[in-house]
Amino acid sequence: MAKDSSKNIPIGHTPKSSFHPVTIVLDMCQGAGRSLLDLADSIGRLGLFTGKVLAACVTPPLYLKHILRQFMNIGFYSLAVVGMTALFSGMVLALQSYTGFSRFNAEGAVASVVVLSITRELAPVLAGLMVAGRIGASIAAEIGTMRVTEQIDALTTLSVNPIKYLVVPRVMAGVIMMPILVLIADIIGVMGGYLVGVHVLGFSASGYITQTWDFVEPIDVISGLVKAGVFGFIVTLLGCYNGYNSGRGAQGVGAATTNAVVSASILILIFNYFLTQAFFS
Amino acid sequence: MSGDTAKIVMKDVHKSFGSKHVLNGIDLTVERGTSMVIIGGSGTGKSVALKCILGLIHADSGSILVDGVETMGMSDRERNAMMGKFGMLFQGGALFDSLPVWHNVAFGLIHGQGMSLKQARDIAVDKLKSVGLGSQVANLFPAELSGGMQKRVSLARAIATEPEIIFFDEPTTGLDPIMADVINNLIVECVKNLGATALTITHDMASVRKIADHVSMIYEGKMIWTGGVDRLDDSGNPYVDQFIHGRAQGPITKHAHMA
Repeated sequence: MAKDSSKNIPIGHTPKSSFHPVTIVLDMCQGAGRSLLDLADSIGRLGLFTGKVLAACVTPPLYLKHILRQFMNIGFYSLAVVGMTALFSGMVLALQSYTGFSRFNAEGAVASVVVLSITRELAPVLAGLMVAGRIGASIAAEIGTMRVTEQIDALTTLSVNPIKYLVVPRVMAGVIMMPILVLIADIIGVMGGYLVGVHVLGFSASGYITQTWDFVEPIDVISGLVKAGVFGFIVTLLGCYNGYNSGRGAQGVGAATTNAVVSASILILIFNYFLTQAFFS
Repeated sequence: MSGDTAKIVMKDVHKSFGSKHVLNGIDLTVERGTSMVIIGGSGTGKSVALKCILGLIHADSGSILVDGVETMGMSDRERNAMMGKFGMLFQGGALFDSLPVWHNVAFGLIHGQGMSLKQARDIAVDKLKSVGLGSQVANLFPAELSGGMQKRVSLARAIATEPEIIFFDEPTTGLDPIMADVINNLIVECVKNLGATALTITHDMASVRKIADHVSMIYEGKMIWTGGVDRLDDSGNPYVDQFIHGRAQGPITKHAHMA
């Protein structure tokens, strides 16, 4: 039988693990306050880091060889992942919009829905999320490992600014290569819709292309490319920031990698809303 | 030990991480052209003190002078210019694993001094030779080297720019006794050849006796004893006695148990 320990507590003494409603509310307030302070601290640190990176982007020296290498890493090597994502997204979109629109006898709108959805939303957002998974994680892990093994400190002792050497090339490559990736994704995604439209749903090839071309406007493509540039900045900046401020050991690097991907993905979705509102509302 | 001959002076330097006070008013003077070794147990603030001098960690208060110039509150640009005076051998080597050995050694020459690749490579091969590594090692990557070889490459990198001040962070940790002695000899030789000022942190007493001109002991974030290496065995300080003889019993253990 369990012993009643409350009998041993002196009168007037409040045990630490009290379930008194006031204590619970105070604990909750304390937790919320701490989270709020931590959030403010993180935003402040990220703001300072961003300022340093932007300043470093416009002051010499720029490590051109490193920037070109990052063009390859972020742009060329992401092409397959982004291309596959765009192709199958375009194909699924054509199928889904056909089955949906056929209820309203609006099957003819499939081509226009595919091209507008791909250029305005799907290509930049999906490419951003895929690159956040592929590149954001890899940047955070690489720079985090360099932090843990003191390679970043070594750069400083060798008179090299780590922000310029490690961060600027990645951020520049992200901002420049993401729009190019998304432009390619636009073409592949529309092609995916075309393949399903013509070979599965029975549209005529010329009719599908004409409808696509008639509906798409420059702003549809341009808005997607601007979004891509912003998403490229977010992914690479957060990858670098989390890696640069990585905690010690394997656990620290693991946490930095997770944070880089999660925070970049969430910010991509948030910024996507505001950019869409800015362009189209 | 002070005055015009001092290369590095730390005065009442404090550093805390949250509620943990790591440096509690460090005072240290390193004379020009001499070798100072800081000894002390793990977690006593040795590495933090060293990183405060380099500016890798910002001290909370106090004064750090290098060649008589105050480094506390220096701008990034001023500090970057000052870094040319320093070379550092990191505990784990801190070699850049994406670069071949020669580029690691020549890194400061290429990116810090703007030297051409060919000239920097020739100097790197020379420096590798001076630490006992042949030119065939130059094209290997750090991951292809043993721990001892990595330390030698790291030493070659630390001396490649011929710095005025060289820091050694636990240079013999993780090495077998013979390789540790080889590294100690190389350190003495390199520092002597360059006429540099050396500051080393270590637990390794064999290393201390070989490298040091002066020794300082850090305990709970303060320098509790400083003197010539020849006075180490009769320091009259029970903390130093306990540490250099590696005794489990003594004031350090007692205090650790009480904490």
